[in-house]
Amino acid sequence: MELFMPEFGLVFWMFLAFVGLYVILAKAAWPFIIKSMETRADLIDKGVAYAQEAKSHLDNAKAEADKVIAEAQKQQADILRDAAKMKSQIIEEAKGQAAVEAKKVTDAAQLAIEQARKESERQLRQEVGAYALQIAEKVIRHNMEGDDAQQALVDKLLNEVETKN
Amino acid sequence: MKKVITAVVAFVIVALMALGYMQASHHSSQAAGKLDPKELIFEHLGDAYGWEVPFSHELRIPLPVIVQDYAGSWHCFMSCRVQGGAEYEGFRIAEGGDHSGKIVGTDGQGNEYRPLDLSITKDAAGIFIAALLVICMVMKVRNWYKKNGLKAPRKGTAALEVCVDFVYNDTIRPIMGKDAPKYGPYLLTVFFFILTMNLLGLTVIFPGGANLTGNLAVTMTLAVCTFLVTNLTGTREYWKEIFWPDVPVALKAPVPLMPIIELFGIFTKPVALMIRLFANMMGGHMVVIVFTLLIFIFGAYGVVIGSATAVFSLAFSLFMLLLDTLVSFIQAYVFTILSTMFISMAHVHHHEMQPEQSDNK
Repeated sequence: MELFMPEFGLVFWMFLAFVGLYVILAKAAWPFIIKSMETRADLIDKGVAYAQEAKSHLDNAKAEADKVIAEAQKQQADILRDAAKMKSQIIEEAKGQAAVEAKKVTDAAQLAIEQARKESERQLRQEVGAYALQIAEKVIRHNMEGDDAQQALVDKLLNEVETKN
Repeated sequence: MKKVITAVVAFVIVALMALGYMQASHHSSQAAGKLDPKELIFEHLGDAYGWEVPFSHELRIPLPVIVQDYAGSWHCFMSCRVQGGAEYEGFRIAEGGDHSGKIVGTDGQGNEYRPLDLSITKDAAGIFIAALLVICMVMKVRNWYKKNGLKAPRKGTAALEVCVDFVYNDTIRPIMGKDAPKYGPYLLTVFFFILTMNLLGLTVIFPGGANLTGNLAVTMTLAVCTFLVTNLTGTREYWKEIFWPDVPVALKAPVPLMPIIELFGIFTKPVALMIRLFANMMGGHMVVIVFTLLIFIFGAYGVVIGSATAVFSLAFSLFMLLLDTLVSFIQAYVFTILSTMFISMAHVHHHEMQPEQSDNK
């Protein structure tokens, strides 16, 4: 059967074609293609490694930024809390000062009242003294008229002074 | 739009194939009086001196015939000179007999003899076409890198590069290790050559149609090349493993049992390579032809039976052709990976074979 009997002519041409093909491709194409593919594979590997590194850098930077932001937020909260504290403190202080001021004003007013009272006492005393002198003058004038009459006069005068006050 | 065009082209190709087979069987059945499937199958699978043209059984693309007659002088003429039983310069194509379908001559005594035949037959021409295609494809990849440096290739070049990458980086390199750059070119050439021949064999019209890898001469040459590369580059340890393997002395001293088995192994490996590729490709082609012939075998019983068979036969031959496309890739890859393993097995080194012993020393 022809199919199972290799023909010499065909073997000859096949061998020639195959060896020729191998020589051409092995000289001109395969080493160059293999080298180029390896170079590119290396390039891609390096690129991937670089990208991963860059990503980790980026992640680190992001974490750092997050940390800074968190810190800033904490500081902000602290500042706000301090501010609130300071506000209440200021208000307290102001209240205290106001109380002191008010006390001062009250004290001054009391002092003035006291002075006015003392003044009025002094005036009263002067007036009372004046009355006393008048009374004494009248008593001395009355002495000349009788004891009972003197006593009655003194009472009457004192009553007058009391009602006046 | 593209899909529609593809579908139309596919349909036309299938129709052409069916028509081609129909024509062929029609003519042969006319000539022989009745359908002879066996002759038809082997005619399609075998070699020829001209290349069939679709729609015609007589018309052939002429190919050069180169023969050396019994006196030692060379004759070179186109195959159309001896077509149809004609005789030219004392040569004709034998019909029947030991050399049926081959060029025979008549010597001085009037005896028929087979001259030394170096004709560019259909298969030889197919081999050259396949080789040219491989050169074009591979050079395209090379030129891409020459021109575009390290930019990733596109379209066809990229598809080829995927194959190169798969065969070289994923198969040859893991197996061969540091020997890969040395034998990679040979193995890559084997892979692409076989793949191209497989696929050309499946193509029905002109550039294809020759059953290349389904021909024992082709696979034998490839297997012999691998055999030569394996054994001519084998290391001392490889030969030592064959003639004095690491087995109990009883198995090799008085009767060299293991060396004989190993020696057989040297030859069975390439023979297995040869038969595997040949049988796979030829089987696929044969099944497709048989499915197509069923139409005509059953057609003899009536138009209705023939038409019904035609539907099934076409569907099954289409399926088989698709399967053969897959097989084309698989067998090219199998041949390559086995060659890789045989070559790498011939490059064992002492320390690789016996790590414990060298450690003890």
